[in-house]
Order: sequence, then C-alpha cells, then structure tokens
Amino acid sequence: MEIRVNPTRMELNRLKRRLAMAQRGHKLLKDKRDELMRQFLVLVKKNKELREEVEERLAGAFRKFMLARAVMSAEAVEEAIMYPKERLEVKLGRQNIMSVHAPKLTWEKVSRETESIYPYGFAETSAELDDSISTLAELLPRLLELAEVEKAVMLLAAEIERTRRRVNALEYVMIPQLASTVRYITMKLDENERASLTRLMKVKDIVRAKGV
Amino acid sequence: MSMPKIAVIGDRDSILGFKAVGVITFPATGPEEVKEALREVMRGDYGVVFITEQAADQAREAVEEVNARPTPILVPIPSSRGSLGLGMAQIRRSVEKAVGADILFGKEGR
Repeated sequence: MEIRVNPTRMELNRLKRRLAMAQRGHKLLKDKRDELMRQFLVLVKKNKELREEVEERLAGAFRKFMLARAVMSAEAVEEAIMYPKERLEVKLGRQNIMSVHAPKLTWEKVSRETESIYPYGFAETSAELDDSISTLAELLPRLLELAEVEKAVMLLAAEIERTRRRVNALEYVMIPQLASTVRYITMKLDENERASLTRLMKVKDIVRAKGV
Repeated sequence: MSMPKIAVIGDRDSILGFKAVGVITFPATGPEEVKEALREVMRGDYGVVFITEQAADQAREAVEEVNARPTPILVPIPSSRGSLGLGMAQIRRSVEKAVGADILFGKEGR
C-alpha cells in the first residue's frame, strides 16, 4: 500500500527523511519496550510472591479473629478496639520507572504513649484477639508494599501495551508504506527519464531525416 | 506533602481487626453500600484502600473507576470467609496485557 503523492523529486526527498525518522523511532520504541518488559517481569514476580504471602498471613489473622469473636461478645470486641492506639502515617510519593509514574509509599508508625500496640487492657479480652491484632499490625507494612507494587505492575502493563501498539504500527504499517511509496516514486522518475530520452532520440531521428 | 489515610472496605468481621491497627473502616456488605464506600474514598484524601474481594466483586464498575485513577491505590484482599482469587486474577490480567500470554501462572486453571 502506497501513500498517494505526486511523484516528484521533492516529494521523494521528503519521504526518505520520514522513512529514516520512522526507522529510528521504531528502534527506540523497541528498546523501550524491551526494557519495560524486563522491569515488569521483575515486579510482577515480586507482586505474586507478596500477594501469596499476604493472603496466607491474612487468612491466619482472620482465623484468630473469628476465634476471638467466638469467645467474646460482639460488643466486647467492638469496645476493645474502639480507639486505635497505633496509626501508620503514609506518605505518597512518586517513583519513575521508565517514565511511568508509579506511586511510592513511605510510612511510619505513630503510636500514642506506650510500647503496647493493643488498644485495650488485657483483663477483658481473649488471647486470640491479641494474636490476631499483632499479626495484622505486622502485616500492614507488607500490605502497603503490596499496594505499591501492584499499582506499579498495573501501570507498567498499560504502558507496555501502549508501547507495543506503537512499535507494531510503525513496523507493520508506517515503515512498509513509506518504503513502498519511495520505491514507487523512484520507479516513476526513472520511467519519466527513459521516456524523455527516447523522445529526444526520436525527435533527433526525424530532424535528421528531414534535414538530408 | 499530604498525609493520605488508609481505609478498608468490607464486611464487619473482616475489617474490624484493621480498626485496631488504626485503619479507617467502611463496613459495607451490599452492592449499594460498597459503591457508596468507594465514592467516599474517592472524595476523601486516601492513599491506600483495601477492599475485600467479596465487596469488590459486588461493585466491579466502581472498582474499575478507582483503578483508573492514580490514587487511591485499591488493593483487593481476601475476606474472613476466604479468598476468591480476585487479586491473583488481576495480576494475571496485567501479565496477559503486557506479555500477550500468561507466562507466570502456567496452566493452573482460571
């Protein structure tokens, strides 16, 4: 498939420049895609591992929590954890992975007074509740890590898809189109040249025949 | 820099524990409640929002809407009733999108 243009020398030069540019862009985008893919594979592996770990530990925490609810009344549980003692302060930053802006999370613990993470005294609560809450407290940073990685993976996947589309558009549409148009113009110009040459020779023949 | 909050959406049993560690909880069980909670976290200043897979499953459109935004980061977690595999499915979707084939999970079913 060619682009419809006038077969002129000027057009030819313009197309040749565009072709060179398309080829350079294609190479660059391909490199970008390959590097994105490398980073993506590393991240996605981490994502999978993190999620497996988190899901398993979370299930454990839930089991204990259910046990706690079984031995304590619902009101007692609610009351016990009414006022959280500890809080994670999250800061939302940005990290740049191959010019994909992924969120970067940093966090720190802000606890009120004491060392204990439990927002209640031990007198009226069961040990399972303590267990489940301490597991959750340990798990929270991992969960945040998971959040960060998972978002990055999603963003990278979208970027890779976009880049791949552009690479393919260049490779299978733009570049062949430009190349075949360049070929078309070259052939047309050569043909014109041959035509005028034969015309000149013919004219010369006629002139010579009349002159004699 | 702002100080975004962490939230969790889901049924009471699943999220109550999070409350004890200082996460803001949105109890939600029906589709309408989940949607309302998601709208709420989009309005407020939340950095990370955990949502039980059961809840996420009930409001897929709203979940997509949040996912399309840079923040909050929405993370599906299993609920107290176990995992639906939604979180893993999401990772698998990302891989398929990027690679064009599922190379990470092999054939281990959908």
